[in-house]
Amino acid sequence: MQDPPLTVPPVPPPDQHDPPGAHQRKGAVEGSATWSLSDRIGLAICWALGLLFCAIAVAIVVYLLVQGIKFLRPEMLWTPAAAGFDETETGGFSDALFGTMIVAAMGIAIALPTGIAIAVWLVEYGRPTALARITESTIEAIAGIPSIVLALFGTVIFSSTALGFLSRSSEGVVFGRSFFAAAAMLSLVALPLIVASVREGLNSIPRHVREASYAVGKTKAATTRRILLPTCRPQVATGAMLGLGRIIGDTAIIVVLLGATQNFAPVEGAAFPFNYLRGAGTTLTNFVYEASPTGNLNQPQKAYAAAFVLLLMVLALNAAVDVVHRRARKVGTWSH
Amino acid sequence: MESLSFPPPIRRLRVEDPEPATEALPAIQNGNGNGQASQGSGFTAARRSIKAPQFSIRRMEIDDVSVHYGPKEAVKRVSLPVRQGEVLSLIGPSGCGKTTLLRSLNRLTELTTSARPSGRILLDDVDITQIEPTLLRRRVTMVFQQPNPFPMSVFDNIAYVLREQGSRRARKKTLEPAVHSALDRAGLFEEVKDNLDHPALKLSGGQQQRLCIARALAAEPEVLLLDEPCSALDPKSTQVIEDLIVKLRDDVAVVIVTHNLQQAYRIADHVAFMYLGDLVEYNSATALFGSPREQRTREYVSGAFG
Repeated sequence: MQDPPLTVPPVPPPDQHDPPGAHQRKGAVEGSATWSLSDRIGLAICWALGLLFCAIAVAIVVYLLVQGIKFLRPEMLWTPAAAGFDETETGGFSDALFGTMIVAAMGIAIALPTGIAIAVWLVEYGRPTALARITESTIEAIAGIPSIVLALFGTVIFSSTALGFLSRSSEGVVFGRSFFAAAAMLSLVALPLIVASVREGLNSIPRHVREASYAVGKTKAATTRRILLPTCRPQVATGAMLGLGRIIGDTAIIVVLLGATQNFAPVEGAAFPFNYLRGAGTTLTNFVYEASPTGNLNQPQKAYAAAFVLLLMVLALNAAVDVVHRRARKVGTWSH
Repeated sequence: MESLSFPPPIRRLRVEDPEPATEALPAIQNGNGNGQASQGSGFTAARRSIKAPQFSIRRMEIDDVSVHYGPKEAVKRVSLPVRQGEVLSLIGPSGCGKTTLLRSLNRLTELTTSARPSGRILLDDVDITQIEPTLLRRRVTMVFQQPNPFPMSVFDNIAYVLREQGSRRARKKTLEPAVHSALDRAGLFEEVKDNLDHPALKLSGGQQQRLCIARALAAEPEVLLLDEPCSALDPKSTQVIEDLIVKLRDDVAVVIVTHNLQQAYRIADHVAFMYLGDLVEYNSATALFGSPREQRTREYVSGAFG
């Protein structure tokens, strides 16, 4: 079992193929100068494409930044949209902004716990195996369904009489469009991303770490709660961020299931939060669509302003995830 | 870049002053004639400095234990005693079943669904299948090959063991003495006493492994299982941990799986040599390394295979 003693074979003197000065090359990093031509071309293509995509991303952000700053007036953030003949009369998009926030909060409130629970079950329990496989393919199927199809399906469900308490209904006819309905379907859009991200996080934890916890008499539940999930915090954050991004970016479900009014349309006679949540409304994406030249409002300046706000929200989410990841890096990880 | 010719030159490792093959295994070469060199096992030098155990109490009894993984029999009808006051070392080539045997002592094998254990293992004359697993695993704790502290502070790593399952109850203050004592028994307290709030994964490898030992000791176990605890560590940390293991043998029964024959020789009181699932030979360390009874053992400890 002893390793053989480590010996280094004698090195022959440098032969004449060595170009002069080759061994004086500096730097610890291998230079591409020694690569074959095809490898160097490949590297060049990688660089070119990488820079191109960076340029596209920067262009989008900068363009929206400039347009947004040009057209965004602070009062738009707290003025609801109104009917009018020119842009000074039509107000802002406060209802859309709040609508986005409400939908995002409700959607993620459903999707995050469900997604974490599904991921934990798949990775840590996953028995019977057949059920685990079915769950996996179901999640994948949901991820593949276009959101407009989900929206259509949602109208069928939420128009049923049994779910009438979740939306407006009059004389026995259920309207089927409300914040509840939209958030429920949007949570399905976010769910697969959260499941995938948390699963990846759980799978990256070495098996012996779990066993170390079992080996001091901890149950699976305690291990998951105190060791595995805290370790996965960055991946949970990533999943939540991706899910939120999809929710606030979705338009199809909003148009079909939120009623796509330009203002909140609370249900009369219901108690405070529920009158709004059961009613129709709008979000920023829907506002951008309506305010764009193809939409009913046709006021592109406000579309830019709203798009700028939407972009800021996404960037803020990215920054938040970054903070979580950086904090996790401080804790360190296991050597493999 | 243009000045370089193609094909590019091969980058060679230049060793100006090749060191001679060092005396990696002085113990083997300097057989200073205490009568056993003729046996040809090679383990004759007086590297072994630990004192003979002062007492030994039988704590666990491995009785005719087999473990199957599907059709494969990883451990074949092994019987062994585990005693407190002694260090028992399981040695053998890779895949010989020593780790599987170790893991069946606290029923960790049951987590592998394909594993089917049979036979009896007794802890203080009680069959371990009659003991609730989480309870058993607090009495028989384990340290793994890779240092695997939990991603939390040094203090919390130990406190986690002391608390009830997933609970956060028992405040820091009340746990402090127990945490300190566990770190102290693992010989780590002096090094980390000012940094108890630091993340455990930022400690050095040797410190991490001692933290894992401290964690295993915090449960106040009766048997401590070590699965190649030093294989990921440098020689200095290895020595610290070996000293620690020898020190621990009076308080807990220690079972250590090792790939490293010198290590087994240095710290074990009894050694069990396993080969392809069979227990080939079980004897005191001096006897097994000095005058092995079986041909296989002789070949293995002399380095003929591994």
